[in-house]
Amino acid sequence: MTPDLLNDGARRLAEYQAKHDAREGVSQSGGQAASFSRLVDSRTVDLAGGGILYIEDISVSFDGFRALNKLSLDIRVGELRCIIGPNGAGKTTMMDVITGKTRPDSGRATFGSNIDLLRLRESEIAQRGVGRKFQKPTVFEQLTVFENLELAAKTDRRARHTLFAKLSSAELDQLHATMKTIQLAAHGQAIAGNLSHGQKQWLEIGMLLIQEPKLLLLDEPVAGMTDEETERTAELFLSLEGKHSLVVVEHDMKFIGELVNGGQQTTKKIVTVLHEGSVLAEGSLASVQNDDRVIEVYLGR
Amino acid sequence: MNSQPLLSKSGRIIVCVAIALLLAVTPFLPDFYVTLLGKIMCFAICALAMDLIWGYTGILSLGHGLFFALGGYAMGMYLMRQIGRDGVYKNDLPDFMVFLDWKELPWHWTGSEYFVWALFLTVAVPGLLAFLFGYFAFRSRIKGVYFSIITQALTFAAMLLFFRNETGFGGNNGFTDFKRILDIPIATPSMRITLCVITGLTLIAFYLVAKYIVQSKYGRVLQAIRDAESRVLFTGYNTLWYKLSIWTISAMMCGVAGALYVPQVGIINPGEMSPAASIEIAIWAAVGGRATLIGPIIGAFFVNGAKSWFTVAFPEFWLYFLGALFIAVTLFLPQGIMGLVRKLSGARQGSEK
Repeated sequence: MTPDLLNDGARRLAEYQAKHDAREGVSQSGGQAASFSRLVDSRTVDLAGGGILYIEDISVSFDGFRALNKLSLDIRVGELRCIIGPNGAGKTTMMDVITGKTRPDSGRATFGSNIDLLRLRESEIAQRGVGRKFQKPTVFEQLTVFENLELAAKTDRRARHTLFAKLSSAELDQLHATMKTIQLAAHGQAIAGNLSHGQKQWLEIGMLLIQEPKLLLLDEPVAGMTDEETERTAELFLSLEGKHSLVVVEHDMKFIGELVNGGQQTTKKIVTVLHEGSVLAEGSLASVQNDDRVIEVYLGR
Repeated sequence: MNSQPLLSKSGRIIVCVAIALLLAVTPFLPDFYVTLLGKIMCFAICALAMDLIWGYTGILSLGHGLFFALGGYAMGMYLMRQIGRDGVYKNDLPDFMVFLDWKELPWHWTGSEYFVWALFLTVAVPGLLAFLFGYFAFRSRIKGVYFSIITQALTFAAMLLFFRNETGFGGNNGFTDFKRILDIPIATPSMRITLCVITGLTLIAFYLVAKYIVQSKYGRVLQAIRDAESRVLFTGYNTLWYKLSIWTISAMMCGVAGALYVPQVGIINPGEMSPAASIEIAIWAAVGGRATLIGPIIGAFFVNGAKSWFTVAFPEFWLYFLGALFIAVTLFLPQGIMGLVRKLSGARQGSEK
């Protein structure tokens, strides 16, 4: 190795560091660099860096409309992050980018420190451990609750495998345990289409849980739920904290409050406010609620 | 609760009775009814194939007649070669080639004298075409009515191609005047009965295969794709391979049906590729009841039975009747005949309680 190359490398590292340090909104998770030199299986997410999701300078525009404008966001492993923002702030587009539905015009999105989300298809991203809940509850209406969960359970996803697949007793136990968690144990053989709105939401959450994702993206998970159901959902999410990383997009400030103030208070929970496709403010719920810009664009309205 | 047997006890009895009836009754039917029964059972296979792709996976194909016709043409080529020197021109070449003043067989007729090759082509040609077409269509995420329209265009384009004499498939006359199959005369009552029984057994075998498919986890993924494809994608299934595999299987089933149809009816021409023929397959499935396996089979029998009676009794009203039937089913019986049966049996059970 020539001194030129060494110098060049040192210079680029310094540039990267300078850029990274200068970024607005301090990154809460560890740097990706922590695991740059590790050998990892490209199918398994590497969490040694301490962060599960890194979004850097993502921009998306649809016919000239900028849905995301240089959005940067980091999520720590095991974190429960709430994201709020007015309609059209880019919350759903952000989820589309993370899950592979929409390809951004520029920027980077990395799962753990090794998986480039922008190179993978939806199904591959889901297999690597990103689960997503839609705004409108989306379950398989003609199948039973049991069958819905069976399809979501973490097994071989290839067509030729499913043609001859048999449920093992361990999988069966897991299915029943999940049905209990989502309070649908008595409705195993019910057709999913006949469930109430709240029950469908829960079924979809159950389908996500049984998928055993490392990162859960929840788009308005309590929309249309009764107060009691909302409370139970908050409890469920808080019990997941630590085991999974959760990103919750929500309008319901009461629900956000329950999430932020409940559960283990070991680390301070961060709330991110999106506005016009980028991060407007980030910090504790109280600090965000008192932020003048946030009040102006969102809370004050 | 999940490892249910392929057939329930009553299902097993029904299948056994169907096989017994087929073997016992067919030899005593008048000639006309043997051919009619064989023909309708070929159509029933198509309806079953349509049900797998439309009823269970939610992909409406309006081009299944193409796969049926391709299977028919594959078998027809063999049957044309079996005529040997007994044609009008007493030539080794099929008559239409002599008429066109061709001196030798075109390249795509290579091997057409072998029955096994014909059987292979019967599934391979529709399967390969479906695979290639499906791969590009599904990879580009073409869905719903757009997919239906493209399949319709595909079969129409194929029809225009097969109408041309240069394509080497007999132009608008297609293939006819078959004499033998496996060197056995084809136009005898015993051959008709044999073909009819083989068709019936194939139909039952395909029914069982289809039943296995829809009861497997694979089948549930197909239904999940029909109900909410994005959910399936975000659950980690690459839906492309699921859609592509069932689409190809469905096309191959139609190919087999076509190959069974041609020796019984004695003719295959590009008319089978007309858009109307493909739409009819969808009508059989819809009338019988989508997403039930027995429904489309009943639908094929019902519509074609009515057709053979109507076209004799009131020939000029058949198309009106077919149109009215489709409108009536769409409006009043969205679940088809099977939906009606279920509703009636449900009502009876309710009143008994």
